[in-house]
Amino acid sequence: MTTATTPQRARRQQDTFSGGNPLIYVLALVVAAGSLGPVLFGVLGGFRTNAQLAESPAGLPDPWVFSNYTEALTNPDFWRFTLNSTAIATITTLVVVVCGMMAAYPLARYRFRGREALFTVFVAGLLFPVTVAVIPLFILVSQNFGLSNTWWGIALPQAAFALPLSVVILRPFLIALPNEIEEAAMIDGSSRISFFWRIVVPLSWPGMVTVGVVAFVQSWNAYLLPLLLLQGNMRTLPLGVADYSSEYSADVAGVYAFTSLAMIPALVLFLLMQKRIVSGLQGAVKG
Amino acid sequence: MSNATTRSAGGASEAPPADRSTQDRTPRRRSSRRARQEWRKRAEIVFFVTPALALFVVFVIVPVLTAVQMSVYRWRGFGPLEDFVGLDNYVSVLTNDVFTGAVAHTMIIVVGSILLQLPLGLAVALLLNRKMKGQGLLRTIVFVPFVLSEVIAGVIWFQLLQPRYGVVDTALGSVGLDGPAQGWLGDPDIALWTVLIVLTWKYLGLPILLFLAGLQGIPNDLYEAAQLDGATWWQVQRNITIPLLGPTMRTWAFLSMIGSLQLFDMVWILTRGGPANATTTMVTFLVNEGTNRQNYGIAGAASMILFVIALTMAILYQRLVLRRDTKEAGR
Repeated sequence: MTTATTPQRARRQQDTFSGGNPLIYVLALVVAAGSLGPVLFGVLGGFRTNAQLAESPAGLPDPWVFSNYTEALTNPDFWRFTLNSTAIATITTLVVVVCGMMAAYPLARYRFRGREALFTVFVAGLLFPVTVAVIPLFILVSQNFGLSNTWWGIALPQAAFALPLSVVILRPFLIALPNEIEEAAMIDGSSRISFFWRIVVPLSWPGMVTVGVVAFVQSWNAYLLPLLLLQGNMRTLPLGVADYSSEYSADVAGVYAFTSLAMIPALVLFLLMQKRIVSGLQGAVKG
Repeated sequence: MSNATTRSAGGASEAPPADRSTQDRTPRRRSSRRARQEWRKRAEIVFFVTPALALFVVFVIVPVLTAVQMSVYRWRGFGPLEDFVGLDNYVSVLTNDVFTGAVAHTMIIVVGSILLQLPLGLAVALLLNRKMKGQGLLRTIVFVPFVLSEVIAGVIWFQLLQPRYGVVDTALGSVGLDGPAQGWLGDPDIALWTVLIVLTWKYLGLPILLFLAGLQGIPNDLYEAAQLDGATWWQVQRNITIPLLGPTMRTWAFLSMIGSLQLFDMVWILTRGGPANATTTMVTFLVNEGTNRQNYGIAGAASMILFVIALTMAILYQRLVLRRDTKEAGR
């Protein structure tokens, strides 16, 4: 991103307006402490006993205690919740990417009457957040489909609400594929469907990854719909964390350990996919 | 969004090449072949669109329409919808003090989030835009709270904010200050502001990230010219950076507003809408009516009111604020 400016120019600007000012580093440290501090308190709190926490809440572990973490890690509920979260997020992501790509393809590369109207239907979906429809959705999924307390009962509605954004992101990707490729494929005698699988899908990989990562993280962090539809050992990690913290509110160290472990997957995914998430978010705003 | 629409209008795909190659055939053969191709094309379109459209209709459109329908009936979750009450549910929602309080709280969060995060986000973005060691790491760190789920952030903050024994109160105590007697989340006068601060911590990463991207889009020549004219750092920020970041700021504020209107998770974890309904939002209200109290008609009416408020604010914002940007882009 910075490549637009030559290094020399950039340095000249820096000379006047910043320089090696130590104040900058102090401010930077304050910002870093502010954003990471609470998280670190949680992680470190998991290494302390409740007695330590009560004695000096802001202190460091002394001595370091590992039992809170080992207890959380040997808690079958923790693994059950992780499995549920993973399964639901994976199903959501697959459904969104497959349906989103398939829908975006004709909307981008076929010419037919009603195409723009159809696109508008999907775009209008952006106006309906899941909160507006959550109570009817709860009734529909649990009473009409009998899917309460199942992975699919959460994944399908989540995928449906993620579709509008996916179609909006993917369509320009598919429009941007040069017409020459399509014409060449047609001359080779390939059908539109095989053109889609053999050429469009591989070339749209970056768009699909962006859509997939956004859907996965949203599903992983979702709380409202799982809260209404999942109980017992079908709960996801956010539900598990919330319930654990109210059930064992006296065991603060245990809550810290459980919560810290639960945030690891999202953080790892973010660190791996940082570039794509960041450019996806920035692109969505610019677009 | 607008970009996608305009691009699609110009970038519509070519008609299939086969249309051109058939021009010299006899009219009858041409028309029958055309018809076959038309039919095939339609079948393909149906094949590609059906899964997404079915999913969308079943899980988005039907529930939204059901919410509309529910909102004009008195219904407690069993038996058919029979007890048609017209707009009664709307009247009772709009005259319910808990709901009007929830609307007020939601608006405070909407406005407060923007007023807090805009200057803070800008300041941190300017800071991180400077060349310094560990810049990449710092950018990652700043974004961490945004990636955590609201539930996890909420659970941690709930512990930090515990009265007397929490980290926040102990830290205050060590410098001789006392937290509120009922705790940061237990005092009805303070709880909403505490929620606002926690939300600011959680979401500040987004404006920082977007503003950083915007800052990199500002041509360096402008800074050089200002430098030659002997402008001070403040003058440069006021006259170059802030005006040129305008479109990014306005778009971010829109996203922030839409997000704040849907606020639920963080409040549910921190306070459940309490104490004494001091932190209810429109969504906590409708979830509470729809699940705990099974007043589905009331919940439906509340969700329609939420939708209308969100839609009105979105349209007004687009008309009054974002129109400037699209006009400029159209030139």
